[in-house]
Amino acid sequence: MQNQVLSILKEKKSSIFELWTKKQSNLNAFDSFSNNEENESEDFINAFFNALNESSIEDVSATEFDKVNEMLIGISISRAKRGFSPRENATYLLTFKEAVLEILSKEIEDPTILYANNLKISNIVDNMTILTFEAFMKGREDVILRQTDEISEISTPVIKVWDGIVALPIIGTLDSARTQIVMENLLLQIVETGSSIAILDISGVPAVDSLVAQHLIKTVSATRLMGAECIISGIRPEIAQTVVHLGIDLSNIITKATLASALKTAFVMLQLEVQKKRTNI
Amino acid sequence: MLIFKEQDVVPFRNRVKEYAVKISMSLLNQTKLITAASELVRNLLKYGGGGQVVIEAVNNGRENGIRLVFTDKGPGIKDLSMAMKDGYSTGKSLGLGLPGTKRLVSEFDIQSEFGNGTTVTIIKWKNG
Amino acid sequence: MDRIPILKMGDFLLVTIQVDLYDQLAENLETDLINSVRKYNSRGVLIDISAVSIIDSFMGRILGNIAVMSKIMDAQTVVVGMQPAVAITLVELGLPMNGVHSALNVEKGMEKLRAKIFNDDNPGQEDDSSFE
Repeated sequence: MQNQVLSILKEKKSSIFELWTKKQSNLNAFDSFSNNEENESEDFINAFFNALNESSIEDVSATEFDKVNEMLIGISISRAKRGFSPRENATYLLTFKEAVLEILSKEIEDPTILYANNLKISNIVDNMTILTFEAFMKGREDVILRQTDEISEISTPVIKVWDGIVALPIIGTLDSARTQIVMENLLLQIVETGSSIAILDISGVPAVDSLVAQHLIKTVSATRLMGAECIISGIRPEIAQTVVHLGIDLSNIITKATLASALKTAFVMLQLEVQKKRTNI
Repeated sequence: MLIFKEQDVVPFRNRVKEYAVKISMSLLNQTKLITAASELVRNLLKYGGGGQVVIEAVNNGRENGIRLVFTDKGPGIKDLSMAMKDGYSTGKSLGLGLPGTKRLVSEFDIQSEFGNGTTVTIIKWKNG
Repeated sequence: MDRIPILKMGDFLLVTIQVDLYDQLAENLETDLINSVRKYNSRGVLIDISAVSIIDSFMGRILGNIAVMSKIMDAQTVVVGMQPAVAITLVELGLPMNGVHSALNVEKGMEKLRAKIFNDDNPGQEDDSSFE
């Protein structure tokens, strides 16, 4: 009995494939299968039917399906990274199931047998669909993680503004993870450029609470321990207010309202003067 | 590792560093971990009369980390809450340096019974 | 028993720490340094820690002691070459490190020493080049 169903499936493999492909292109809003995707699907369908045998058809977690599952996971992750929608990802297997069941219903006459096998195939493919969903999610998470890293890197540039002076414009919220990165970066740059003054501009930091203030104070302390000095600039009036209301003590830190005034101060500290050139008339 | 004399400290620190490097911990986190270990091992020697440290690589399902367990059979700490308070601002004796050490690691646990020894467990995850 | 070498550079003393300081070695260093300050009438001490990758509270205390002892003997102390990871860790640890001045490297360290000594010897005539 079982054998019969299995042989039908294997015989009708190409019709199933055709039907599946057609269903997919009907659904796809844009261009349907690229060559790559067609190959992917062919590989899948071959692997799937190869894995189907008397015992595996009863068991969704049969080890025969391992290779098929691996393939599916690969396809899903790559689709997630390429920007496929969750629906497109899910319908991949759902249309496959439809195609298989449609063909089966044409070939099997006995309703009880048809029903029993429908159920078995459904269970297997449904399980695989869940797998693809999980893999898809993981693919998307990987993208997010990568973007987070990139953002961290971009948003903490250290700029050498003069011999011995570096500036660090901080943009965005300053949490402890970010502070670590900022501190490390800043200190490494100080060593590398041999700078004795670092200007930390926080005009791009939306809110300064006691935690953020602590992070800033730590950064200044670390800079001083290394033998350089730190000026904090870009302090907006609201921040000044918040700081005082929270009772945060910044008396030990040099603070300026703008990057420009911080730079001026830095010049004075380094005993540099900016003079207007005298033109000979 | 058994720590009973001063000369044991340096090889101990090197061993901790080996473990940290093996799981590719960043230099900053390595430094924090080894510094914390150094503090705790000095306490072990000075107040605990020596003891043992177990170094292990661990995993919490998401990332790798290093766990150190310091055990001694010394007199123990009478008032744990006092010991964990930040006394640095008063500028007096640095005490056990526990609150500072705690800030350097990801997880910190201390069990101590007066008269019955102390056990300190710290974990530093690879990404802090 | 090892001892850490102390070099005389004109009015200053230069100490380069390249090994882990354990108790005995640290005590020896304190003693040797203070004796050398006396012997050469040094006005400044430069401690190069660019090769030190771990500074715990013990080491921090030693540095602090050296600074205080030297000051009593009329010498200023500057620590140079602290590694970024060490600086961050020390701040997190909460070690006060008061009385210990720092500079990025030996050159800047010497500038700082000269400025401090000038200030000390000429109170009221503040030299602007030292901004600490």
